[in-house]
Amino acid sequence: MAAVKQTIEHVEALEKYQHGFSTDIAQDFAPKGLNADIVRFISAKKNEPEWMLAWRLDAFERWLAMDEPEWAKVHFPRIDYQDSYYYAAPSEKKGPKSLDEVDPEILAVYEKLGISLKEQAVLAGVEGAPRYAVDAVFDSVSVVTTFKKELAQVGVIFCSMSEAIREHPELVKQYLGSVVPVSDNYYACLNAAVFSDGSFVYVPPGVRCPMELSTYFRINAENSGQFERTLIIADKGAYVSYLEGCTAPMRDENQLHAAVVELVLMDDAEIKYSTVQNWYPGDPVTGKGGIYNFVTKRADCRGDRSKVSWTQVETGSAITWKYPSCVLRGEGSVGEFYSIAITNGRQQADTGTKMIHLGANTRSRVISKGISAGKSSNTYRGLVSAHPKAKGARNFTQCDSLLIGKTCAAHTVPYIEARNGSCVFEHEATTTKLSEDQLFYAMQRGLSQEEAVQLLVNGFVKDVLQELPMEFAVEAQKLVAISLEGSVG
Amino acid sequence: MLHIENLRAEVDGKEILKGLSLDVPAGEVHAIMGPNGAGKSTLSYVLTGRSGYDVTGGTATLDGEDLLALDPNERAAKGVFLSFQYPLEIPGVPALTFIRTAMNAQRKARGEAEITAPAFLKLAREHAAALKIDFEMLKRALNVGFSGGEKKRMEIFQMAMLAPRFLILDETDSGLDIDALKIVSEGVNAMRSPDRGMLVITHYQRLLDYIKPDKVHVLAGGRIAATGGPDLALELEREGYDKYARAA
Repeated sequence: MAAVKQTIEHVEALEKYQHGFSTDIAQDFAPKGLNADIVRFISAKKNEPEWMLAWRLDAFERWLAMDEPEWAKVHFPRIDYQDSYYYAAPSEKKGPKSLDEVDPEILAVYEKLGISLKEQAVLAGVEGAPRYAVDAVFDSVSVVTTFKKELAQVGVIFCSMSEAIREHPELVKQYLGSVVPVSDNYYACLNAAVFSDGSFVYVPPGVRCPMELSTYFRINAENSGQFERTLIIADKGAYVSYLEGCTAPMRDENQLHAAVVELVLMDDAEIKYSTVQNWYPGDPVTGKGGIYNFVTKRADCRGDRSKVSWTQVETGSAITWKYPSCVLRGEGSVGEFYSIAITNGRQQADTGTKMIHLGANTRSRVISKGISAGKSSNTYRGLVSAHPKAKGARNFTQCDSLLIGKTCAAHTVPYIEARNGSCVFEHEATTTKLSEDQLFYAMQRGLSQEEAVQLLVNGFVKDVLQELPMEFAVEAQKLVAISLEGSVG
Repeated sequence: MLHIENLRAEVDGKEILKGLSLDVPAGEVHAIMGPNGAGKSTLSYVLTGRSGYDVTGGTATLDGEDLLALDPNERAAKGVFLSFQYPLEIPGVPALTFIRTAMNAQRKARGEAEITAPAFLKLAREHAAALKIDFEMLKRALNVGFSGGEKKRMEIFQMAMLAPRFLILDETDSGLDIDALKIVSEGVNAMRSPDRGMLVITHYQRLLDYIKPDKVHVLAGGRIAATGGPDLALELEREGYDKYARAA
């Protein structure tokens, strides 16, 4: 309820795309294009061990033999993979050890985005207020990770992926690629070859992570792709809540973001993974520019009674191709997917989830709210499957689509496969148009058309917003407002 | 207060209001009665600016200010309130949130400060009690799953909260049982004041037993066919609208 009020309060302060600025920062680039030498260059830049380079080169070989997927309901010109930079990093001699060593220009960027990297500032806040540890990924590298010491005291490892490869090779070797195999799909395979950084989290048995962890991704450089890789392991009985946010400058060229996120859950572990995605969506009229967001996210509930929950608010990107999935292997494990996907202007989104029930008595829940406006296209694509051993599996899926205006499209493509007789799958779907009657009713009470749309839309997405951690819910609310500005009338 | 002169309006190219003139001075309650299809609801929508109701001639002013040039929300901020015949459901938006958002939007438009949360809640509790509305109900999504009577009561609650200057009640009595009708009428009567005007649109005389009008107008054929005191309503109840419908 408070969140809905927030929208209206914030609405006048909003602009179209607030994060469209770019920053001049001295950067190192890899030469343009992609070949085995570029893969070696990236690996060398990061001082990686031999096994990591071998892993990358293997991925690159496989990638060359693969074809781009064409089944999604999105259309874009063929990507020239040789016309992009695969590594862009702020110049520096060594990785920063502390905040004082980070380029003040970069800190200013995060400040401008409203992300505080200063532990001091966060600590000085109101007592009992939620605290966030942040891993800031700027183009290809992690520039700083906060609260590492405090987390280490309880055994939680939170660091950049590059650091994990150097400092915790045993964990990385064991889990990297174990959820999303190297050649899982075209973009994931490309990521395996050229990924530059990302976040790594390990929560030891029985530990409840004392604060929210978050990664803030920022694409700044021109003509560069961002390929980050995130790996989170929640050991037996561990709990962690993790948030990611993303923004990029406004540029006329399309930029590729092909990330991979792997979550591993042991017995009784729980991971809550929330995303607020606000990559530059491209020009609303011409459709020029914007991020291609081709992302593979998957959670493996290996342990019994483990629970994973994906919550995503997708408002940005020219094209979104993303299906955060749950492999429910452990007996009684639970998967949840809460999604708000908003498309406006010329945006295209093909997004949803896969709930793969392998273990007995596994349960899953899917709540998807798609909103299309402008000339955009919004597709929910979801798979719910139960294997013969998944006795007593249960799923509840609800897909609601809201159309604003006459020139947008919404599609729902559910795939349901039950391979044993004891599972119960429910699927509910609705498609509604934002009604003129409701708008008039709200306007008669004093709301402007824009405010009325936002209030109604916030009501529509409320079930999902409730799943977000408090701080993100507010940000998400603002985003919903911005992305639908000018969508009516 | 409200001054309507020779108002003409059409819906889908069909003329519904055909030169309607009406004056409602501040402090008075006027009833509009008339047969189905006479243009009663059209009048309420034209006054509040609903799209699809096109004004083709005439004027409507509130205290000298042209209403027809304003957007619906601007008219609301000027103090025009319509109690809907069929209130809309707003899924996912609690009634209190809806009303507070509306109240602050109006205040902003008038250059006033937003209402504080404690002041708002105090006001809401008072009005809810007066209208015998369970406060818990105000935390539920507005009108979703509410009965017809509850929805009407919620309209009057919104009206009390927003304290408009000019009230239009469109068939507020429809769907109300006798107890609810009494409560709603008391709510409306509590709002009578020397600087507030009211237009009560109704099909039946019954409502006017509870909300006593200063004047009764018969709307037929898109214009005011007759005007009289409260007795006119009783006469209509006895004799029906036939003679006006024929005359139109």
